[in-house]
Amino acid sequence: MNMQSNAMPESSVPARAAAPAAMAETRPLYWSVRRELWENRSLYFAPGIFAAVYLLGYLTSLIWMPHGMREFWMPHSMREMPTLAPADQRIELAMPYSHATMLLMLIAFIVGIFYCLDALHGERRDRSVLFWKSLPVSDLTTVLSKASMPLVVLPLIVLAIAVTLHSIMRTLTLAILAVTGVGAATLWNRLPLFQMELVLLYSLAVVALWHAPVYCWLLLVSGWARRATFLWAVLPPLMLAVAENIAFHTAFLGSLLHDRLFGFSGAAFDLKDKSGVAIDPHFIPLAQLAPARFLSSPSVWVGLVVAAIFLAAAVRLRRYREPI
Amino acid sequence: MTVIEARGLRKTFGTNIALDGVDLRVEEGRILGIIGPNGAGKSTALNAILGLTVYHGELKVLGRNPWLERDQLMRDVSFIADVAVLPRWLRVSQALDYVAGVHPRFDRAKAEGFLDKTTIPHASKVRVLSKGMVTQLHLALVMAIDAKLLVLDEPTLGLDLLYRKQFYDSLLNDFYDRSRTIVVTTHQVEDVEHVLTDLMFIQRGRIVLDCSMEEFESRYQEVTVNPEKVPSARALKPMHERQVLGRSILLFDRVDRQQLAALGDVRTPSIADLFVATLGDKPGDKSHQAQGVAR
Repeated sequence: MNMQSNAMPESSVPARAAAPAAMAETRPLYWSVRRELWENRSLYFAPGIFAAVYLLGYLTSLIWMPHGMREFWMPHSMREMPTLAPADQRIELAMPYSHATMLLMLIAFIVGIFYCLDALHGERRDRSVLFWKSLPVSDLTTVLSKASMPLVVLPLIVLAIAVTLHSIMRTLTLAILAVTGVGAATLWNRLPLFQMELVLLYSLAVVALWHAPVYCWLLLVSGWARRATFLWAVLPPLMLAVAENIAFHTAFLGSLLHDRLFGFSGAAFDLKDKSGVAIDPHFIPLAQLAPARFLSSPSVWVGLVVAAIFLAAAVRLRRYREPI
Repeated sequence: MTVIEARGLRKTFGTNIALDGVDLRVEEGRILGIIGPNGAGKSTALNAILGLTVYHGELKVLGRNPWLERDQLMRDVSFIADVAVLPRWLRVSQALDYVAGVHPRFDRAKAEGFLDKTTIPHASKVRVLSKGMVTQLHLALVMAIDAKLLVLDEPTLGLDLLYRKQFYDSLLNDFYDRSRTIVVTTHQVEDVEHVLTDLMFIQRGRIVLDCSMEEFESRYQEVTVNPEKVPSARALKPMHERQVLGRSILLFDRVDRQQLAALGDVRTPSIADLFVATLGDKPGDKSHQAQGVAR
């Protein structure tokens, strides 16, 4: 029972006093974000693999596909291109690039949904929450790091992958055109890739802000539900919308939900140009971006307030909920 | 310095009372073993101390309210909940990186030193490690944290004898000094028998025994009574009696050693013996416990 013989030398005591009393507040957040990336490799693998497959398809179409089937990947053969008006040429040229971007954003949305549904559920299911909670990281930091994945990290991943994919596509196309000698290389200078990436950056920011309450709702459900997080997240709002429709023959909630999922384009872009012609979504000129209108739209701010409320509830739940 | 101080700690799950007014005081430098049957409230008590569960009553750990200040508290407290909580996807090197990243008192070189003594490869994931290795990894992480209080909830559950022995040996040799405090719960009482400085029995949310090991040794005596002396031994009001190989073994609380020596062989009981004597039989008989272990 006498512990003296086993006691450690006292040398560790001064070291303890010298240990840094405070650590920069951002360090736990930074490491928590890295932790999420270690655990959820689908966050970058899913869009990355998609980009690789898309590139492979694009390359194949450039080299092997019969003439007619090139339409999608390299629309209108280069010979026809000069006959089109410059604006139409641009849209035709931009098409494979913007298809890639749109699909990447769709994939990021799906990945983000499933990430959020598991974020606060998985750690309770495998009891690892007890390990994470044994470290000096607050529930707020943890929940913020998880919310930052769909709202900040995933958009940045999409941007990086899209820019990389686009530049490879452009380089390959130029190379092939040079080899086959179609002589349309100069035409490719008409493709304002940098401008397209700016529009992508704007779109990613806009969509993240617009969808913030969606992701935060999913986080909240994942912190609350004991099982079947997807059903808990989707069915109650859906049922309420249906009930409202049956009871009052109105679709207030339904249109609210629809608007929250898809309404960002109308809020953030001028969908018609100065002459009142609808713009082609494959190439959105910078002039059609409407950041001022977007940021002054009540929908955005109400959405962000709701998102903050959901997040605060998720932080509280993380403290109260115990392993499943 | 008082590390843990609880007064009237209560916690209920529905109608089930997990903690029923627990008063607890743990001083710096102690190694306290909390022993109790399943569902006695041990883990609930530890969870309250660690800020993992909400409770009624007063509780201060290192001067802080654990429920409201868990993240601050965890700079000075580490715990191992049980062997299964390291996430399976985590790599050993990532575990080191992460703890080094978020914990201001983590000594990475020390943790790597501990790991070098094991056969755990740094690149492997927790999912491929054996149960014993996961515990070694967790212990290496925790021992490299310069914590004032270490809480272990069934840390060696499901491990073989060798790993268990190693676990407590390294805990004593490489972590414990007299300025650190350890609280441990376990069912493997014999493993911690010679490790503890203090002992606590808990049953149905109440503390039924709370004493230092010195007190334990001086208070409790077990006598293998010669058959002809059994009646006179019983007259001394043993707290428990059992038969082993046809001989009566009686356990006494605070009875003069000289007096007992006349009855047969006297020795200090093991914690397990006292546990059985205190909680084992007559589970419903409160008066028996009160008589046996009232302080």
